[in-house]
Amino acid sequence: MNAYGRQLLTSLRFLFFTTILLGLAYPALVFGIGQLVAPAQANGSIITVSGQPAGSSLLAQPVTGPAYFYPRPSAVGWDPSTSSASNLGPSQRALAKAIAANRAVVARREDVPPASVPLDAVTASGSGLDPDISVAYAAQQEPRVAGATGLGNAKVRELVAASTSRGFNAFLGQPSVNTTTLNAALQQAMARP
Amino acid sequence: MELNTFSFMTQMAMLALALGIVHQPFGAYLARTFTSRRHLALERGLYRLSGVDPQADQHWKVYLRSLLAFSAVSILVVFLGQLLQGVLPLNQGHGAVDPWIAINTAVSFATNTNWQTYVPEATLGLGVQMLLLAVQNFLSAAVGLAVVVALVRGLVRSETSRIGNFWVDLARGAIRVLLPLSVVGAVVLILTGVVQNWGGTDIHTLAAHAAQTVPGGPVASQEAIKELGTNGGGYFNANSAHPLENPTAFSSLFEVFLLLLIPFTLPAMYGRMVGDRRQGHTVLTVMVAFWLASSTLMAWAVGAYARTGTGVGEGFEQRFGAAPSAIFATATTLTSTGAVNVAHDSLPPLAGGLAMLNMMLGEIAPGGVGSGLYGLLVLAIVAVFIGGLMVGRTPEFLGKKIGAGPMKLVAFYILTTPVLALAGTSLTVAIPSLSANAPAAGPHGFSEILYAFTSAANNNGSAFGGITTSGPPLAAMLALVMLLGRFVPIALVLALAGTLAGQRKVPDTAGTLATHGPLFATLLGGVSLLVAALTYFPALALGPAAEGILK
Repeated sequence: MNAYGRQLLTSLRFLFFTTILLGLAYPALVFGIGQLVAPAQANGSIITVSGQPAGSSLLAQPVTGPAYFYPRPSAVGWDPSTSSASNLGPSQRALAKAIAANRAVVARREDVPPASVPLDAVTASGSGLDPDISVAYAAQQEPRVAGATGLGNAKVRELVAASTSRGFNAFLGQPSVNTTTLNAALQQAMARP
Repeated sequence: MELNTFSFMTQMAMLALALGIVHQPFGAYLARTFTSRRHLALERGLYRLSGVDPQADQHWKVYLRSLLAFSAVSILVVFLGQLLQGVLPLNQGHGAVDPWIAINTAVSFATNTNWQTYVPEATLGLGVQMLLLAVQNFLSAAVGLAVVVALVRGLVRSETSRIGNFWVDLARGAIRVLLPLSVVGAVVLILTGVVQNWGGTDIHTLAAHAAQTVPGGPVASQEAIKELGTNGGGYFNANSAHPLENPTAFSSLFEVFLLLLIPFTLPAMYGRMVGDRRQGHTVLTVMVAFWLASSTLMAWAVGAYARTGTGVGEGFEQRFGAAPSAIFATATTLTSTGAVNVAHDSLPPLAGGLAMLNMMLGEIAPGGVGSGLYGLLVLAIVAVFIGGLMVGRTPEFLGKKIGAGPMKLVAFYILTTPVLALAGTSLTVAIPSLSANAPAAGPHGFSEILYAFTSAANNNGSAFGGITTSGPPLAAMLALVMLLGRFVPIALVLALAGTLAGQRKVPDTAGTLATHGPLFATLLGGVSLLVAALTYFPALALGPAAEGILK
């Protein structure tokens, strides 16, 4: 066998044995440590409502009806079996059109002037699965949700505060309200009045 | 989403502090790793099973041949593994991958590019992700490390044709450097919320009680090496914008730290290996200066756009907002990572242009794992050459004469990437059926094409996602550009290492241009910027600059 053939065979064997180490042993080790030290996070941060798994606290869910807080627009319809941004460029007419259309929908739903709708409410997120909205958008949705759920303004405001990021992460990023944990909390509050 | 300047500055300071603390001890560890004569038991076993003689010191041609053989086998295995996905275990119901997408992906991961023309969720099971792609994340980064170590040996050694052993360098890079760091990184990521299991979790949604599956898989383990190896290929389509890959603003900052860690540490290794730490300090200074300047410009470009046009929101994640997105977008394009936590296609025009300019710099500040430092050392040779012309004597670099031979290799190196990026862009723009894959009209469509080929030629892997590259012509063209953009420069660098190793060291004299200190750092920074700016400025003017000016 010539030098090239030998090198190719060596390469194949080297790749095979490093795959066992880096492709099998490594993820298995990380899996083991994950299950030991942080099983909730390692398994997808699943939240339960009345004992049933109802989603991941990290992912947005599609929402209909007045009794829920709406997440941001999504290029994938909040379907977690995929993920994507709209990938529309800042100068593309399609983006301005989408923003205007979203603005009209939100303004009608929340019964507010279109100009007062925050930008996060009308722009699609990077992942399409962003569960977070701005504090301003949450405040805009509060009256509607308070009315529809019958929980009252004070209770809803309290639940919004409980789902608002604070501290280090809010400083590094920006203060955000997690609509998924918030909607779960709303359901729980309605289940036991 | 407004820019929080204080938050931005704090995060940059935190990164600088953390990297500043670890780079010297870690650089010393890297230098020891690649100069030690001892083999770990695990490595000895690997050598025996693979038929490698770890004592062999290779001629640069043999080193290159081993590297090319290994990369060719890697590409072939990843390609065939995807074609056979339907009959292989752990495919989670996914069948064979389209051959054009499969070859693009195989080349992409073996060249440390991680351009993703496929939608992972709809295409790949965890078997391909974990056993093929994540393994290449380790090994392609270890190849980059090996090449820079070989180049440094070429500078250090004299009157020999031997530059080390590729297999030993590859194994040590993967086993002693990348693997332990990845375990630590993955565990930290799990604590922040990154998922690490063997599949999805079935749930019923809150509002509609509709059946859904929360995705899962060995994500944290892949995420850690994706950043550490400056690879950038996401487990999910949205990459580091996906909440299960990057759940919090802290995890985002940590991922930036991981992707900057090895590239910013290599100068310390270099300084120690050449026996003059000031050399490392000077190179590091240039890298840091570019990183700080580019990050600041990016933050400004994003922040200033928040109050104009379509504003800052589309393609951004709410939990991050402006500052973490600007920091990530800069770090990912200044290195060869290409992971994204914001949709680059939707960045403000000048911010998108900056991301391109970062790649066009040649990814040297700090650059990819290994490729950043060897790229900057090549530019350092250009700088001493220009310095030599100014004072009228044969330039020297660390006691090695830079004559016509090395200079030819350097010139070819400098030309390779721009030729690939600009030729690919021109060809695509010239053929209507190809340019139709970037549907945006006007300068933005041009930017999408320019970004794609710049990213492929520089082995970055991030994209202006609006372009569709999964069709055969573009998938094949980009694969070819990635392949040449990786291995032509590597071949030239190894040839350079061999040439330099063969020389006798000439002693420094009063007339020798010192390659350390502020004067040389300025010269090196200026040369790097000029080489990139002059080559790419016309293209940038047609794309992002035009888009930023047109209203």
